[in-house]
Amino acid sequence: MQAPTELGWWGVPIAVVGGTIRVSTPYLFVSLGETLTEKGGRINLGLEGTLVMGAMSAYATAYATGSPWLGVLVAGTVGALLGLLHGLACNLPRVNDIAVGIALFLLGTGLAFYLGKPYIEPVAPQLPSLALGAWSAYPQIRAALEINPLFFIGVALAPLMRWGLGNTRCGLIVRTVGDNADAARTLGYSVERVRALGTMAGGFLAGIGGSFLSLYYPGTWNEGLSSGQGLMAVTLVIFARWNPVACFYVSLLFGGATALGPALQSVGITANYYLYGAAPYALTLALLIWSSSTKHALVGAPSELTISK
Amino acid sequence: MSTETLGPGTAPPTMEVVGMRKRFGVLVALDDVSLALTPGSFHAILGENGAGKSTLVKCLMGYHRPDAGRIFVDGRERVVANPREAHALGLGMVYQHFTLVPSMTAAENLLLGLPDLSPILRWNEARARIDAFMRQMPFRIDLDRPASTLAAGEKQKLEIFKQLFLGSRILILDEPTTVLTPDEADQILGVMRDMTRQERLTVVIITHKFREVLEFAQEVTVLRAGRRVGGGPVRDLGRDDLVRMMIGSTALAEPAPRLPTPQRAPLLELRGLVARNDRGVGAIRGASLTVHEGEIVGVAGVSGNGQRELVEVLAGQRALESGEIRIHGVVYSGTRLDRLRHRVSILTEEPLRNACVRSMSVEENLAFCNFDQPANTILGRFVSRRAIRDQARDLIDRFRIRTQSPAARLDTLSGGNVQRLVLARELSGDVAILIAQNPCAGLDFAATAEIRGRIMSARNAGATVLLISEDLDEILELADRIVVMFEGRIVYETPRDRADVHVIGHAMASHV
Repeated sequence: MQAPTELGWWGVPIAVVGGTIRVSTPYLFVSLGETLTEKGGRINLGLEGTLVMGAMSAYATAYATGSPWLGVLVAGTVGALLGLLHGLACNLPRVNDIAVGIALFLLGTGLAFYLGKPYIEPVAPQLPSLALGAWSAYPQIRAALEINPLFFIGVALAPLMRWGLGNTRCGLIVRTVGDNADAARTLGYSVERVRALGTMAGGFLAGIGGSFLSLYYPGTWNEGLSSGQGLMAVTLVIFARWNPVACFYVSLLFGGATALGPALQSVGITANYYLYGAAPYALTLALLIWSSSTKHALVGAPSELTISK
Repeated sequence: MSTETLGPGTAPPTMEVVGMRKRFGVLVALDDVSLALTPGSFHAILGENGAGKSTLVKCLMGYHRPDAGRIFVDGRERVVANPREAHALGLGMVYQHFTLVPSMTAAENLLLGLPDLSPILRWNEARARIDAFMRQMPFRIDLDRPASTLAAGEKQKLEIFKQLFLGSRILILDEPTTVLTPDEADQILGVMRDMTRQERLTVVIITHKFREVLEFAQEVTVLRAGRRVGGGPVRDLGRDDLVRMMIGSTALAEPAPRLPTPQRAPLLELRGLVARNDRGVGAIRGASLTVHEGEIVGVAGVSGNGQRELVEVLAGQRALESGEIRIHGVVYSGTRLDRLRHRVSILTEEPLRNACVRSMSVEENLAFCNFDQPANTILGRFVSRRAIRDQARDLIDRFRIRTQSPAARLDTLSGGNVQRLVLARELSGDVAILIAQNPCAGLDFAATAEIRGRIMSARNAGATVLLISEDLDEILELADRIVVMFEGRIVYETPRDRADVHVIGHAMASHV
C-alpha cells in the first residue's frame, strides 16, 4: 500500500489529468451537439435544461431497470425530444431561437427537478469504467486512468463529425442550411426540417452528456448536479469556431479548469477552494469577452445564426 | 440524371411562354406577356425596376404560380410548379444575390446541386467529373477556395459554371453585371454570347442597361408596368427606340447644369482611416481622401470594398481603429453635435433600413435631424407637434413625396418615396457637406433624374459632395473628381475631364 502523499506535488497534475478527462466528457457531448445545431443555423440555449433532464432520466431509468446503458439511451432520447420541441417551435414564424432556448432551459431544469424528486435518495447502478491505470502501482495514477467509455465515444465522435460535415451529403446539406438558407431552398431542401433535425441530434448528444453526470461523475442525482455546463458549452462552441475537433480541445481546457480545485484539495490545499471552483466561470467570461470583441473576427460562424446577422 | 447525358454537346430546347399574367393583391405585375426563345438565342429582357422582369422569370422558374399563361418546352405544354421542375426542363437561373454557400469551397458548391449526390461523397470521382467539365469551359475557377474569398466576377462565373454543370441549357441571368467591373461584365457576357453562337446554350439576361442589350443580345423584350411594350431583333433597334419603349412618355427632369467652381480650399479630409466590418475583419485599410469645397468627389468601386463601412464611419455608426476625419481642419467624430455644427447631411444606402424608423410617421421621420432645434420646440424642451407637422407639409410638397398624410406610417410609402423623404430631410436645410451612397439604387428613370438633379443643385449652391456609388455611370455623370475604392483603400484618382472608363474599371479590379 503506497501512501497517498508519496507522489507529492506530482499528485496535482495527475489528479488534474484524471479530473480533466472526467469533467470534460459532458462538455464534449454538449458542445458537439451544439456545434451540429449551430452548423444548421440555430442556437439552442436550452441545452442546460436538456443536460439536467438527461441526467435525471438516465438516473431514473438506471434505477428502475438496473441498466445504466439503457439510462444513457433514454437520456439521449429525452434530449432529442427536447431538441425537437426547440426545432419545431423555432420553425413557427417570428419565433426567436434564443428566447425559445431560454424557455426550454427553464422548462428542462424545472421538469427534471419536479420529476426527479423521488430519485434523490435511491442509489442507481453506475456506468462501468475502463481501468487503464491497472499497470501502475500508484493509486493516484490508477484513479486518474479510470476512464469511462463515453469519453472515448466522444473523442471518436469529434473527428467523425468533422469528417461527416465535409464528406457526406447530410453534412453538406446542414452546412448549406446554416450558411445560406436561400441557397438551400433553391436546391429544394427544407430549411425548417433540416434545422429541426439538427437541433434534435444536438439534443440527443446533450442528453447523453447529462447521463454521464448522474451515472458516472459526480454519479448521483440531485438538483445541484449541473453547474451551468450546458450554458458554458455554448460559449465553448464559439471559442472552438464551430469545429468539432477544436470542441474536444476546448472541452479539455474547461474540464481542466474545473478539475483544478478538487485536485489541489486532494493534496491537502484547501485554501481558496471556492476561488479555484470559480475557474471555469472566469474562463467562460474571459472567452466570451475575447470572442465577442469586435476586434476578433467571427470567422467560421455560420452566416444564418442570429448572432452573426 | 447525370451531367453526361446533358453534356455541352446537347442543344438547348425551344421555349415559348404565352399570355403570362400575375397579380399580387391589387398590383398587376404581369399583364399578358409572351416570349419565345429559340435554341442558341441571346435574349434580353429590358425594363425599369418594377416593370415585371423578375416576376416573369420567377414564373418561368416555378417560384411564382402565374394566374394565367402557358409554357411550352420543345412544343409540349409544361407546368412548372417549383424550381426543381424548372431545372428538370433544363432551365437554370443565376440570381443577382448569389446563392453560393460562402464557407464552402467552389467544388463543394458545385457538388451541392447534384441530384444524384451519394450519402458519402466520392470526392475523387466528383472531382474528375468537375475537372472534365471545366476543360470544356472558356474560363477557369480555383475550385479549392471558399466561395466567400472569390471576387464578384469569379462568383458569377462559378454560378454560371454550376448551372451548366448541373445540366441547364437555358440560362437566366438576373442583372448579372451589377456587381461586376466593366471588364468583368464584358468578359462574362462575351463568354455567354460565344456559347449561344455555338448553340450550346440559350441565354436570357434581365437588365436595365441599354449597352448590354445593344452589344450582346440578339433579341430583346421590353417590359413596362407589367406589359410587353416592344421588342424584336436587336439589330433593328437603336438606343432611342429602347429608351422610348422602356420609359414611355414620362418626362425626365433635365440634368442640372454643372456650374464652374473656382479652385477652393480642402474641406473634408480623411486621413489613414482604418475600420473593421461587423464580422471583425478589416474593411477600411488606410483610406485617405481630401474633398474640396464645392466639388463632387465620386467614389467608385465594386460593392464590398469598404464603401458601406466608410459611410458608417462618416455617419458616426462605426468606430475607427485609427486615422482621423477633419472638417475645416477640426477633428470630426460623427456625433450628432458634430453633424449639426458642420452641417453634414448623409444619404445612406437602403434608407428604409439605415435612416428611417418604419413604425414612426412620415412627419416624425422628416424631423429626425431637427426635432430638438429651436424652431421645432416649445420652451426649448418640448417637441412642438404643430411645427413638425408644418415642416412635414412643406417638405412633402417641395419634394413631391407621395403619402396619404404626414401622419401615415413610414412603411406605407413606396421605396422611391422613402428615398425622396430622406433626401428632403437631408437636403432641405443649409447643407455644407453631403455624403450620398447609392442614392438612386432601385429607383426608376424619373426619380433617378430628379435625385441626381438635386445633388447637382446642392453642389452648385456651394455644398461639398462625397458620392459613393456602385453605378459608374452615375459617378461619371455627377462627379468633378473620381476616385476608386478597392479593398478598403483609395487606389486611383482622376479629374472628371480625364476620366477613362476602362482605366477606372481596371482600378476597380485592382489592376492599376
